[in-house]
Amino acid sequence: MSLRNTARAFPTLLRVGFAEAVAYRAEMLVWVLATTMPLVMLALWSTVARDAPVGRYGQPQFVAYFLSTFIVRQLTGSWAFWEMNQDVKSGALGMRLLRPVHPLLAYAAESLAAMPMRVVVSLPLAAVALGVIGAGGVTHDPVLWVLWAVSLAGAWLLTLFIGLAVGCAAFFFESSLKVMDLWLVFFFVFSGYLLPVEILPGGLRAVVDALPFRFQIGLPVELMTGALGRGEALGMLARQWAWVAVSLGSTALMWRRGLRRFEAYGG
Amino acid sequence: MIRVRGLHKHYKVHERPPGLAAALRSVFRRRYKTIAAVDGIDFDIADGERVGFLGPNGAGKTTTLKVLAGLLHPTSGEVSVDGHEPRRRQDAFLKRIMLVLGQKQQLLWDLPPSETFELNRAVYDVPRVQYKETLDELTQLLQLGELVGKPTRTLSLGERMKCELAAALIHRPKVLFLDEPTIGLDVSMQATVRDFVARYNERSGATLILTSHNMDDVARLCPRVIVIDRGKLVYDGTLAELVTRIRPDKRVVLRFSRSVDAADLAALGKVVRHDAGESVLQVSKEAVNAVVSRALAHLPVSDLTVENPPLEEVMSELFARSQARRVAEAAS
Repeated sequence: MSLRNTARAFPTLLRVGFAEAVAYRAEMLVWVLATTMPLVMLALWSTVARDAPVGRYGQPQFVAYFLSTFIVRQLTGSWAFWEMNQDVKSGALGMRLLRPVHPLLAYAAESLAAMPMRVVVSLPLAAVALGVIGAGGVTHDPVLWVLWAVSLAGAWLLTLFIGLAVGCAAFFFESSLKVMDLWLVFFFVFSGYLLPVEILPGGLRAVVDALPFRFQIGLPVELMTGALGRGEALGMLARQWAWVAVSLGSTALMWRRGLRRFEAYGG
Repeated sequence: MIRVRGLHKHYKVHERPPGLAAALRSVFRRRYKTIAAVDGIDFDIADGERVGFLGPNGAGKTTTLKVLAGLLHPTSGEVSVDGHEPRRRQDAFLKRIMLVLGQKQQLLWDLPPSETFELNRAVYDVPRVQYKETLDELTQLLQLGELVGKPTRTLSLGERMKCELAAALIHRPKVLFLDEPTIGLDVSMQATVRDFVARYNERSGATLILTSHNMDDVARLCPRVIVIDRGKLVYDGTLAELVTRIRPDKRVVLRFSRSVDAADLAALGKVVRHDAGESVLQVSKEAVNAVVSRALAHLPVSDLTVENPPLEEVMSELFARSQARRVAEAAS
């Protein structure tokens, strides 16, 4: 399965993936509603901060933070683990293996293909967010915006690779979805999705800083809201991409081992 | 084209007796046993041949097909398809073959089949001119018409199978593996699929390997059959020879102008079926002429045909003999 062949087919994979993403209008609406947790958290934390700020977060900071979180989540989400789990369990992975395109790249294309829809959802909210929080709620530093774009790509890749690695667990376990459920418990708390990592207790924060979760959501949000300076941002970005490399390596390893098992037992 | 030598494929499967206690025990200590799905088979298939893989459920047919397609790795043995080692799944190999599984699909469920065709054009790197020619031909042969524009989920099983076949042939594979392609289809759709597959083989010269429990598929498509039972090859040759070897007797089908007593028929041969207007006799090949003459002379025959026994019966007999041989071997 050569990369050249895959690269040639990639635009069609993206186009067909996009057609699949928009096939169901009702499903799209449900999907949008299912990702509104940051807006719920916005209401919750704004209430908490009504009388006194939490750390450096007053009501305006929480509004800026969670609107940014919603946008970042839309632009970095990936459901590849779900697709892969289904394919391994149903044996449909066999049909993917018969095509001269690497299945992992096909999953990546399908995930990427859903992005235009997510941008369409995010753009109006970004406009509303800007209106609500004002220009002061986001960073004015163009360098940080460039770093934000890089961190967004890193966050998407990290989420995709982790999803694929967990999807590979389906080769070994009855259902990799349970593994993903476990991962999501930590993701929700430690990524900055439900609360800013900054307000976690000191000891716990040190642990969280050593884990990959924050780089999936927290880092792009912090860059967007101007919570990090240039130097600190560069350091965090380096760590994020180190995690991207680690997750890529883990996915490749899990895939090779899992595929060996699939080829031994079939689907 | 296809060469298989000493092919073995063994699986290790988890074994658990029924009951709660056994379920709990299996959490801590698992017992495994090894199953020989394919147990040392050899065969060669030439370019353009149409071969049927036959055998009872669990015989090892689909496992063999999956090994040939590169989806399963052999435990031991040599396999070569069109000069390639299937397990390596190189692009050049994947572009020459296709596996169609009657119970699994490659069509994108939420989109019209035309999107899957276009996707396959891109992934198999089919030039646009060739793609258009192939698609036009497939559309005509399979009478796809408006089907290609409807979402796959709204198509009937037969319509989906026709589109599956079209999707599988977009890159004009030289080796086509078909696993139960007519399963679940109505009689007319089965005939459509069979005719199409035969015509594709004649036009393209592609090699065709088919597994099916439907003996009409085998009779129409496969001059040669390979019979596998419990992972072992028990027959490799022409279908006609298999029928002659297993069931050398013939069926004489008699239709009468008025009702006939069963006792009058028993003198001619073994009565397989006796209805008011039609009876079927089983007679040895050597006795056919004599039986036909006597029937025409003494009975009110309005129509008479001589046929081979149904393939289903031939296969049942073959598997029964194979089973009896195994029991005898185990006992000795």
